[in-house]
Amino acid sequence: MLENFNYTEKKATRDGFGAAMTELGRENPDVIALCADLVGSLKINKFIEENPDRFFQVGVAEANMMGIAAGLATGGKIPFTSTFANFSTGRVYDQIRQSIAYSHKNVKICASHAGLTLGEDGATHQILEDIGLMKMLPGMVVINPADFNQTKAATKAIADYYGPVYLRFGRPGWPVFMPEGNFEIGKAIMMNEGSDITLVATGHMLWYAVEAAKSMEAEGISVELINIHTIKPLDNEAILKSVRKTGKCVVAEEHQRLGGLGESIAGLLAEHHPSPMRFVAVKDTFGESGKPDQLLEKYGLSINDIIKNCKSLLG
Amino acid sequence: MPFFFESLTNTMNDIENLKRIASQVRRDIIRQTNMASSGHPGGSLGCADFLTLLYFKIMDHNPAFNMDAANEDVFFLSNGHVSPLFYSILSRAAYFPVSELATFRKLNSRLQGHPATHEGLPGVRVASGSLGQGLSVAIGMALTKKLNKDNKTVYVLSGDGELQEGQIWEAAMFAAHHKVDNLVLTVDWNGQQIDGPNDEVISLGDLNGKWTSFGWEVLEMDGHDFNDMIATLEEAKSKCKNGKPVCILMKTAMGKGVDFMEGTHHWHGKAPNAEQTEIALSQLEETLGDY
Repeated sequence: MLENFNYTEKKATRDGFGAAMTELGRENPDVIALCADLVGSLKINKFIEENPDRFFQVGVAEANMMGIAAGLATGGKIPFTSTFANFSTGRVYDQIRQSIAYSHKNVKICASHAGLTLGEDGATHQILEDIGLMKMLPGMVVINPADFNQTKAATKAIADYYGPVYLRFGRPGWPVFMPEGNFEIGKAIMMNEGSDITLVATGHMLWYAVEAAKSMEAEGISVELINIHTIKPLDNEAILKSVRKTGKCVVAEEHQRLGGLGESIAGLLAEHHPSPMRFVAVKDTFGESGKPDQLLEKYGLSINDIIKNCKSLLG
Repeated sequence: MPFFFESLTNTMNDIENLKRIASQVRRDIIRQTNMASSGHPGGSLGCADFLTLLYFKIMDHNPAFNMDAANEDVFFLSNGHVSPLFYSILSRAAYFPVSELATFRKLNSRLQGHPATHEGLPGVRVASGSLGQGLSVAIGMALTKKLNKDNKTVYVLSGDGELQEGQIWEAAMFAAHHKVDNLVLTVDWNGQQIDGPNDEVISLGDLNGKWTSFGWEVLEMDGHDFNDMIATLEEAKSKCKNGKPVCILMKTAMGKGVDFMEGTHHWHGKAPNAEQTEIALSQLEETLGDY
């Protein structure tokens, strides 16, 4: 199955978000877009051009944007807030917690430029804690799609789901390798069945995991590769089923190890099927300026790091 | 609809009647905070006249409660700590049984320490308590009404100390820029906050000038004079739909109605004990029957 995952072009996941917003603008009159002075970066120009009445420029005032979104949702609209991940989460955590999560508002918090792959802007903008922040909020759905197609499908799917959602995507051009089509919130995607080791990846790291799995398969290692696009609610059954078979698990994510997907899976396994694990994630440090691939390399998130971690479990 | 509510609405133009409701609301505030041994009586008493007027005369609202408030006037409480006031008003306006006030701040209650939607209490549309957020939420509702061509008005109440939150001024800029002119913000201007007078904590300066320069219509009123409040709220309504949001700076006395609580920040977040409760209740006529 791994050979089905190839790419001919690179596109940014944020472009997938923008493309979906254009379609949602045409299909769903309740969808409202809000942006905090980053329209070009979030790729929603087309939505705005076609639906000027359903777009609100908030300016550099993210806290206000979250509150306004809560109010729009109270009135029955489906607001999509859009800014960088850093300003979508940590900066406005209390607004999200009280006005959106605790109040169970149907707000879609859409966040670009997450993680190290933001690149040259550096650590001030490279949030690596957002998944942890958002997954801790009761009732919050947390989604981190892997490529353009999956981000586009996820954006459309969350419009049909009632409740608060955090949708995380990124800045750089990235291989487009997932098929177009439906997106099921909370449902893991089996990318490759294997028996030696379970490899779980989310977001940009999924492409690296595909490459790593291909390389290991060529060496005769049977890798079960799982695409976890929804970090919360986690597809517990898919993970447990796989790890019961393989007995070991490696998790790759562009996020701090503390608070990330790996920690969620560790908790699940500790309770139901204790198993050796390795974590391909950022180890309690901030990022820095650089090119996306350089940064992933330096912070231990390369294809090679995935392979090394898998092999360390295989002995 | 309960009998008392009908009888109230039939005569709701009567200021004497509004005063009678406010007296009962103040009793409810004292009794709730006493029974819970916690809560915020000061600001609650101070805003009792205003909220009584809003719910029993000014707003066109439906106690059957629809979350989206379509085609009704809608109120958001931003300074959520005056929850005993909000709960008394909502129950007296028939959103939920008055008897439920006895559960204020108790385990398994819908009447949380600060208002929440989580337990499904009718009349509450968003949680508040962490300050500075209600104006933004109210703007979102006001935008919804504009998009839906719904002509009703959105009201929001904020404390004065709350204006120290930066989000308030983000919201102030937005509402003026986007001409959110179906919105009436009332600021409970009692000059007090937890740690003392505003002027000693962080001075608010020229509030009228601040809101005016942010592009709002600014009115002032006496929050304990029903005639003045009725006239000012009518003026506020007449200023709506003119391209500007409206801010009413409402002068109140924290603790109004109970002599030993009046005009001091000491009763911001402290509940009266049994003896203090007895004295307080002796100053407030029971008009609609205690819960």
